Amino acid sequence: MINTLIGDIGHAGVIVAFVAAIVSSYAYFMASRTKVELSGDDSWRKLGRWSFYVHSAAVMVIIFTLFNIIYEHRYEYYYAWSHSSNHLPVHYMVSSFWEGQEGSFLLWIFWHVVIGLLLIYSSQKKKVWEAPVMGMFSFVQLFLTSMILGVVIGDLKIGSSPFILMRDFMPDTPVFAMDPNFVPADGTGLNPLLQNIWMVIHPPTLFLGFAATLVPFAFAMAGLWKGKYSEWIKPALPWAHFAAVSLGMGIMMGAYWAYETLNFGGYWNWDPVENAVYIPWLVLVGAIHTMIAYNRGKSGLKASFILLIASFILILYATFLTRSGILGNASVHSFTDLGLSGQLFTYLAAFAVLSVALLIYRWKNIPTSEKELTTYSGEFWVFIGAIVLCLAAFQVLFTTSIPVYNSFLGFIGIESNAALPADQIAHYTKFQLWAGVAVAVLTGVGQLLWWRKGEKGTFVDAITLPGMLTLLFASLVIVLSKMGMLHETMDNPKFIILLVASLFAVFANLSIILSLLHKKVTLSGGAVAHMGIALMLLGILFSSGYDNIVSQNTSGLVYSREFPDEINRDNVLLWRNTPTDMDKYTVSYHGQFQEVIGVPGYVNRELLWPTADPYTSIARGQIKVGDKVYFEAGDTLEMYSPENTFYEVQYKEREGDKVFTLYPRAQVNPNMGLLASPDIKHFANKDLYTHVSSIPDPNEEKDWGELQEYDLAVGDTIILNDYIAVFNGIERVPQVPGVAMAEGDVAVQADLKIYGERKEYHAHPVMLIKNEMVGRIPEEIADLGLRLTFLSIDTENDKFKIGVNASQKDYIILKAVEKPFVNLLWIGTIVMTVGFVMAIVRRKEGKSMAKAKARPTVPQETRRQAA
Amino acid sequence: MKKTHIIGIMVIAVAIVIIMSSVGDASTYVSFGEAIERADDGDMTKVHVVGRLKKDDQGHIVGMNYDPLVDPNYFSFMLVDTNRYEQKVVYFNPKPQDFERSEQVVITGNMQNDVFVADKILLKCPSKYVETEIKDGKTASL
Repeated sequence: MINTLIGDIGHAGVIVAFVAAIVSSYAYFMASRTKVELSGDDSWRKLGRWSFYVHSAAVMVIIFTLFNIIYEHRYEYYYAWSHSSNHLPVHYMVSSFWEGQEGSFLLWIFWHVVIGLLLIYSSQKKKVWEAPVMGMFSFVQLFLTSMILGVVIGDLKIGSSPFILMRDFMPDTPVFAMDPNFVPADGTGLNPLLQNIWMVIHPPTLFLGFAATLVPFAFAMAGLWKGKYSEWIKPALPWAHFAAVSLGMGIMMGAYWAYETLNFGGYWNWDPVENAVYIPWLVLVGAIHTMIAYNRGKSGLKASFILLIASFILILYATFLTRSGILGNASVHSFTDLGLSGQLFTYLAAFAVLSVALLIYRWKNIPTSEKELTTYSGEFWVFIGAIVLCLAAFQVLFTTSIPVYNSFLGFIGIESNAALPADQIAHYTKFQLWAGVAVAVLTGVGQLLWWRKGEKGTFVDAITLPGMLTLLFASLVIVLSKMGMLHETMDNPKFIILLVASLFAVFANLSIILSLLHKKVTLSGGAVAHMGIALMLLGILFSSGYDNIVSQNTSGLVYSREFPDEINRDNVLLWRNTPTDMDKYTVSYHGQFQEVIGVPGYVNRELLWPTADPYTSIARGQIKVGDKVYFEAGDTLEMYSPENTFYEVQYKEREGDKVFTLYPRAQVNPNMGLLASPDIKHFANKDLYTHVSSIPDPNEEKDWGELQEYDLAVGDTIILNDYIAVFNGIERVPQVPGVAMAEGDVAVQADLKIYGERKEYHAHPVMLIKNEMVGRIPEEIADLGLRLTFLSIDTENDKFKIGVNASQKDYIILKAVEKPFVNLLWIGTIVMTVGFVMAIVRRKEGKSMAKAKARPTVPQETRRQAA
Repeated sequence: MKKTHIIGIMVIAVAIVIIMSSVGDASTYVSFGEAIERADDGDMTKVHVVGRLKKDDQGHIVGMNYDPLVDPNYFSFMLVDTNRYEQKVVYFNPKPQDFERSEQVVITGNMQNDVFVADKILLKCPSKYVETEIKDGKTASL
């Protein structure tokens, strides 16, 4: 029976949340007016606060109901049907919650609620900021909840509700005409690429970053509005750090997911969806730098305003890009278009106009510092750093927006056929490499000057040791690369410059960390974060600049005589059980494996007898790992994810005795074709990244050769497909898996032993007499490309007729790449995160210290409030 | 001149370089005819071509060639662009698995030796992510 109640509760929750956001933003707006503030009248602020509480409660109800719909498999709802399925484990139900646009909006709304409540709580004592900041929060929530409102007024559709019923979503489907209460028995499932642990934690982290970016923006807006042009920086700064670290971590989790799950061969593809988040992150980091510079030198206030406003608007722009469908052909993984582009554009335009207008209106009043920064002051270099970050962001923004220009020109009637650069990686690298060099040099120089208080003499002293270490290590790396550390000598001048710059950043920041250790550890947060960035740059340099395609194909140059040289031939065909030489390895493919619940690792498909239900199969033999037996023959097995096949690929070093096995995964998805995920062997100095790039089409019937018939007596030996086979006789079997045996039914199986290259195989083709009909269950030995059928029994002569078909052996096409020192990228990410956290702790301490100092100066405090 | 002015001028200069260079790198959607013209002019820049696969009356794809046993890194097919011009396309990679089912194909690359050498293939499959029909096999009334 259709449960409409739960959806109605959810939908009511959305409406309440929307209305409460309107009330809250209006009330907080009224409370922020100077007249109300001076009068000491608390009622508007209380109303705003309570409306926000109501809004928060409503949001919780929405989330609970939507999750309940997914968790209870209520497929009468479109959201559950299209994003989940019966067999989905609970942790992936969490990811199906935010697979759709509506759910991901909810996730964003949720973080705003959490942060908003935190801000209300922390402003209990100091009430100055609550009204204007929370007013901004509620105003944003108003827009976000409108996206999931799902209300239609005339022709105007506002928002897309996650609580829409199947029959309302596709009213034209005939089944609903027959039975309006029809409920599908299963959902269509979660996109298999998202069934990954990183996809459970990556979106929440990223949206936490999105949400946290609102805090410094709201403070900046409040500062402009209330004329507190500089006081907002202190409370906003820890939040800006927090936003930057969440965004940064979110981006890198996404990168790691792409590295582990997708097969384009890396962690970053310059896809517009990736760029869309990278751009605001760069600008936000730039804003943090100008804010810190203002804190120390009282210059850079205007820049801080501009950059914070820009970072928030760029977040909205990212939302617009990925959700409006404007990217079209340009991106492989933006959201499906829900027809919200108008609403998304309104959201973007409203905040862009509002904030820029306010900034222009107040521009003249923002205090500026008259003093010129000297070249030897840290602040000067911090500013240059912020500029570099913004230019890097601008470059990515300009190219990523190409589809937007097309749409815009089309909108005003000019046809444009501009496309993204054909070689995006080369295009972005051309600029971002130099941005990386500049950032690395500036972190070193800037940090040294910052802590040396800008004196020329001490600066030269400070830079000498890191500089010498840099040159020493850089030469060492180059020499080692010549001796075989990388597969080619480092002789590209661009890469050498990046190497030198990044090493310098590592050593310069390290020297600062060491000198600050005895003072106060948290002071060195900046240096730690910068060192993390430098390590990341090194990781990117080696893993992307010096990756080595192991599966370089050197044979089979049949077709392409026209293009002998410049074509990279990156894929190798591996026949099952036929070792092939690849680079320094001998590689062999040993068959298809699957995951069985309760068995560690993977189980060979030859041991599994499929049943009508893909999620259960029957063991054909003992399943054991090592010495431990997990299942006996005939046991019913539960499959973990039957659509996934794992291909066992064994690597053996030719010189040396290292052997390891990888299981790259592939899934043939009815909607998305072959989805291949790599398996990665991690070494200390490199990763070996292996994925299947093609397999024989599993939907195509195998091309079995002509049936060869053999009349055999017990003990006979025959040659099948070049393998020796011995016929051991027949035996009666009481049970045939998957067949219900009735009285009088007889099943007989033949037993043949076949000597393969690697092991012996037992083939048991079955002949079945059921209801006086003869049935035959052939046995297929995929390893050998053989299919055996038990044809008949000649009782007079004691001969047995066995039919044999031979086919082409199984194969996979494989690509393998070595990525040197990719670990440095992940280590750098962790170091950067630690640095950010230290900085947040420090800013919090700094704030409470400043508060403690500020307390005696009461007159100043009152003067501020009067302003 | 103050230092800020010098920096400002430099920022503007870099921004202009970025814009000019990005405009230069931007590719375009063209027809095969234009791609051939470009190649004849010696212009080896890579372009995007949108097209459909050539099919016979029964809906079978014509002119597709992929034999991994001979060469796993050679895949060729015929693409018909929006001007109904037919062109052989070569892709030095394994054949994308869902290639036959795609309705529209976007390729990037350029003309070399009278064939279009693609280095990227983007497939537009019918309902790649959004299912619009309920499959019969999966349904049951409750």
